[in-house]
Amino acid sequence: MTEKASGITEPQPRGAVIRGNHPVDQSEAAGRFMAAPIHQKMHDARLWDLRQKRDAEMHIIPEWEDLRQLASDIKQHTLTHLDQYLEQFETNAKVNGIHVHWAKDGQEHNSIVLEILKKHGAKKLIKSKSMLTEECDFRHSMAENGISVIETDLGERIQQLDGEMPSHVVVPAVHKLRSDVAQVFSKTLGTDPDNDDVHYLTEQQRETTRPLILDADAGMTGCNFAVAETGTVVVCTNEGNADLSANTPPLHIVSMGIEKVIPRLDDLPVFVRMLSRSALGSPITQYTSHFRGPRKGGEMHIVLVDNGRTTRLGMEKFWTSLKCIRCGACMNTCPVFRRSGGLSYGATYAGPIGLILDPTFNKHKYRNLPFASTMNGSCTNVCPVKINIHEQIADWRKELASVGEIPFAKKAMMKAAGEILASPKLYRAGLPLANSTLRHLPRFMLYNRLNTWGRGREMPHAPRETFHQWYARNRAGKKKDVSE
Amino acid sequence: MSSRDAIFEAIRRNRPAGDFPHPVVPLFDDAPPQDLRPQFIQTLQRMGGKLSEPRNGDPFADLKDMQAQNPGKILSVVPEFQGDTSLEDNTLPADLADVEIGVVRAAFGVAETGSVCFTDRLLKINTLGYLPQHLFVLLDPAKIVFNLHNAYKQPEFREGHYAVFHTGPSATADIEGVLIRGAQGVRSLNVIFMPG
Repeated sequence: MTEKASGITEPQPRGAVIRGNHPVDQSEAAGRFMAAPIHQKMHDARLWDLRQKRDAEMHIIPEWEDLRQLASDIKQHTLTHLDQYLEQFETNAKVNGIHVHWAKDGQEHNSIVLEILKKHGAKKLIKSKSMLTEECDFRHSMAENGISVIETDLGERIQQLDGEMPSHVVVPAVHKLRSDVAQVFSKTLGTDPDNDDVHYLTEQQRETTRPLILDADAGMTGCNFAVAETGTVVVCTNEGNADLSANTPPLHIVSMGIEKVIPRLDDLPVFVRMLSRSALGSPITQYTSHFRGPRKGGEMHIVLVDNGRTTRLGMEKFWTSLKCIRCGACMNTCPVFRRSGGLSYGATYAGPIGLILDPTFNKHKYRNLPFASTMNGSCTNVCPVKINIHEQIADWRKELASVGEIPFAKKAMMKAAGEILASPKLYRAGLPLANSTLRHLPRFMLYNRLNTWGRGREMPHAPRETFHQWYARNRAGKKKDVSE
Repeated sequence: MSSRDAIFEAIRRNRPAGDFPHPVVPLFDDAPPQDLRPQFIQTLQRMGGKLSEPRNGDPFADLKDMQAQNPGKILSVVPEFQGDTSLEDNTLPADLADVEIGVVRAAFGVAETGSVCFTDRLLKINTLGYLPQHLFVLLDPAKIVFNLHNAYKQPEFREGHYAVFHTGPSATADIEGVLIRGAQGVRSLNVIFMPG
């Protein structure tokens, strides 16, 4: 390769503006992402490519739909017997020599980990990607306590060095161009700012991270699945960084959400077969690692975290969102996510799954998110554990309306629409006028700031007559012939 | 109340209504091919792994070539091949950082995914699977199973403290989807068929 610089200089659009508990304005941030065409185009194409690779994998597994049903059934069984399987998991993990801890929330998770690190005099922690530690705001909490935390996954490391949250559960820096990464690395790792060759950037991260891995006092991983029957923690990665984090330092700490447990080893292949196929369209992750106990001379801890999960379990319409295995397929397929970028959601979880998880953490702050959907149902169709995501999005809209968490403009519009839709007479009277108006309005009146629907897409063509008008003209006299 | 008790109390209080039985998971292995090697090799190569075939009757010809091109330590934990460095009682996991080539035997392979399975017993020190630049893997072709359902029936997942599927070398596509083989772990994974 002779050309080292792509020559692209479009600045990276940043994520949603966070103002305390103020509702996050997803569409404002999405608008800025859409105003950066090079970023938006790459993001859209990259995620759609993942969706297509997922489809290709799905088509070569004849039992794909059976696996989805099994995965859903296993998860629903486990979630309705969660106490039983967590107890079994804890017992077996302890028998194997693992220390087991329980945390009600993120704060307690962080203090338990801090306590373990202090006991070992550990100051340098290397870790692999974990959405749970994002929920817990783990890195900030450790920094306040003098613990240095190094993310070892390339995408997560880019985001750490840039002071951003991950924008996607599987590919954390997917919203960034290579030129953005080159800038981040040149400022933080001292790399050549003019070289944005992907091989060069990846190699620089590998070479600068390796000494930190070798020098670490402790390692932390997340947990994709936990097998109750054997007390096993399963971690799926592609870079080998989770295995380095767990196996190099003498201390291994696992952060695990309580919903990750599954009953038996026989259940595990159902999920392992679908996880990477759904996420990246590859048959399996490069590494699927099974930790059943500390290695010789080492120590292993598991911190089991609730952080709102037991509350979600009690929500009649939303408890099945706990089936989620964090594959990101719903994000890759979502037209809103692909065009607006994960950081526009301003929350730990972005995309369709985020729309139904984030309000369980904070209804007010994330009240706009369930409206960031076209309701096309594609998320539900690709979900490997059959979560009815788009139906739950609709249910969240109802729920937010019932507790008064609907923005004023949306409320006024829905009230007017409700009155018209509730009366056939008003509706039929209004429709020809509306159609005619739509055809004749000047563009600036349709495509303005108030019509969020019209941003980035054309309104559909309004027909010249309504179905009722057409019927009256063509079929009115023949009604009796048809019915008798 | 301890956090543990509080979590269990909340789980029992919020248990969703309804009967959700535990399904039986079939093995989905009705018609496996007689010879599982072709599928294993095809998927291994798709995932970036290499099949290292014997040349002039020498099964380790590729390994020796790589050694010539990449001078550095070779650590073998299999009796079939003699490395130039060995593990001591006090060898630490991080000590393997300067190993160029690791040689290890897999417990079994999986045709569906092109994976090989290692355990803590086979690796001796777990970082042998990750810190060397390149890995050579001995696999008994008779020990390839058809799919992951069959794989999880193997005893390795009920013994020892560590078992792992390696499927090709470490990889990342975190920057604009450009696939790079050799992320944080090994840069190449080479499988040698050898009964054992």
